[in-house]
Amino acid sequence: MNWLEKRIEDPARFERIKRGFYLFLVLVLALEVGQQLAFPSDHPHFPFETWPGWGSVYGFISCAVIIIVSKFIGVVWLMKREDFYGD
Amino acid sequence: MGIEWVHPGLLLIIGAWLLPFLKGGVKRAVMLAVPAAAVIACFFMTKGEYGVAQFLGQRVVFGRVDELSLIFSYVFSIMAFIGMVYALHVEDDTQHVSALTYAGAALGVTFAGDLLSLYVFWEMMAVSSVLLVWRRRDQAAVAAGFRYLLVHVVGGLFLLAGTVLHWNATGSLEFTDFGAWYGSAAWICILVAFLVNAAVPPLGAWLPDAYPEATVTGAVFMTAFTTKSAVYALLRGFPGTEFLIWLGAGMAVYGVVYAVLENDARRLLAYHIISQVGYMVCGVGIGTHLAINGASAHAFAHILYKAVLFMGAGAVLQMTGKRNLTEMGGLYKTMPITLGLYMIGACAISAVPLFSGFVSKSMVVSAAGESHYMWIFLTLTLASAGTFLHTGLKLPYYMFFGKDTGLRAKEPPKNMLVAMGIAAALCVGIGVYPWLLYENLPHAAVALAYDVFSPSHLTSTLGILGFTALGFFMLLKHLDPKSTVSADTDWFYRRGTGLFVRALKPLSRFEYGFVGQIYEFVMRKPVMAIAQRVRKIDGGVVDAAFLGIGRCTQALSRLIRDGVSGHTQHYGLMMAIGVVVLLALAVMAL
Repeated sequence: MNWLEKRIEDPARFERIKRGFYLFLVLVLALEVGQQLAFPSDHPHFPFETWPGWGSVYGFISCAVIIIVSKFIGVVWLMKREDFYGD
Repeated sequence: MGIEWVHPGLLLIIGAWLLPFLKGGVKRAVMLAVPAAAVIACFFMTKGEYGVAQFLGQRVVFGRVDELSLIFSYVFSIMAFIGMVYALHVEDDTQHVSALTYAGAALGVTFAGDLLSLYVFWEMMAVSSVLLVWRRRDQAAVAAGFRYLLVHVVGGLFLLAGTVLHWNATGSLEFTDFGAWYGSAAWICILVAFLVNAAVPPLGAWLPDAYPEATVTGAVFMTAFTTKSAVYALLRGFPGTEFLIWLGAGMAVYGVVYAVLENDARRLLAYHIISQVGYMVCGVGIGTHLAINGASAHAFAHILYKAVLFMGAGAVLQMTGKRNLTEMGGLYKTMPITLGLYMIGACAISAVPLFSGFVSKSMVVSAAGESHYMWIFLTLTLASAGTFLHTGLKLPYYMFFGKDTGLRAKEPPKNMLVAMGIAAALCVGIGVYPWLLYENLPHAAVALAYDVFSPSHLTSTLGILGFTALGFFMLLKHLDPKSTVSADTDWFYRRGTGLFVRALKPLSRFEYGFVGQIYEFVMRKPVMAIAQRVRKIDGGVVDAAFLGIGRCTQALSRLIRDGVSGHTQHYGLMMAIGVVVLLALAVMAL
């Protein structure tokens, strides 16, 4: 059992990792919003970059859009059986 | 005049041919020494023009050394070295020779100052790299190799056509910025050739088709050279060509969409090459100093982190024999070092701060921002969330964690780990101290003035990455890989040609019946008759002549043999006679 295995296999420890991840997200959001409030003129290229927490929000939306839209295109069009090319 | 300039590409191409004659430890030493020599040759090079020759009244330049060619030559030669370390355990001379030739040809492209030598090295790259696919030696690899070669030969013909047209129109073969000839036939042909090699859709389906079929070690070389030498060629020939911006941004998203659907680990990574090269093509299109720097820096960083990722996936493939994500899982227990090194590459491609992708990709995105391309800026940012989603989360999740499939593969051979370690160390080094890379970029002053670690950039990047991860875990059940393949534009020459042939069946029957008969009478019969005649002449005259010469030689050697008795006194006597004769001659001459 290696170092990583101990942490993932043990439910109590894994729960702690999960909580750590959520804490990290809250911290990241706070940092971003705090930075935007503290230095509002830190050369943004576009107005939306000054919206509070835009990076976090856009990151989440991007991820959801990519998964849902790609999967949709895949199911209706692109995904084929493995013997599609006959080889 | 001493040795003024050594072509590092030639060093690799010639050095490669030492390997088949060597064995064991010496061979492995030479496998490392040859690319190491090329690295040294690149790093000690000074700017200027070398290796100039005249050919058909044209100036052919093998060594144009400036900022742009230097930065690419550094990373190409370093990558050749890392690739050889990774392949050190492989007992296959064909692979080693073709890998080194391939790397050497990429360096040849980098230093080519004219279209003719560019074309020669361009074709050499295609021919040498296809061997890295074929040496996997299964049926799928052979077929994929032929398709790969087909596409690149067509691309090469476009380059040749463009070269001829350009020569015809301008009387010059210089490989320079073609912006002045925008829209001409030559301009289009050369651009198409470059776009084929840069795997720009719809011309890029060859990449995810061929790379996953290559050998474990061969694929590592392939990820580095073809697309990035094309990016170099685009930077040289087509900076500021506006539609490349849109093409590049589209490419960045295209790769991401296919990566969602992909089940084959190396094919997923191959689609992410397309996505990442999209950033570079976009940078070429924007064409400002910052964008050119960004494209060059991103190519540099990309080669190294993509190598780490392909080496990681290759290690898993080699140790488990599995290529699909649906068959993997739970490998973190027995391959933790591979996992760790892979994750460094994953952090780098995802542009996590303090890793190499962050300092290079940001430049292209910032350049889009500074030039007020809002949709490009948003698209590229979206694609970078997608990159993290797949390479940083999905692939490692299903490969190393996920459901335990009971695979208990060991770590790969040490040399593979060392190669991954070197590349991973460079990824971290560039990320932590980017200025060493920045001061070698084509517009160094602009690069050094770029504030990559600004607080707003850092916090928004962390936000994007953090919440992409959240989205990943929330939508995880939709991401489970399915055992499918995805249709791409290679459909046209994989299935489309089949339909084409079927449609043409009546014509082919006619061809076989009628043209075949004509061929029989016009070509085959006369040729056979002539061949018969030639064979007779060969048998009667040529062979007899050789026989005669052979008999004479035999007789002569018999004569000589009689003189060689093996007794010392006979030799002594002959020597004495010889001396006497010589003396006699000398006396007479006096």
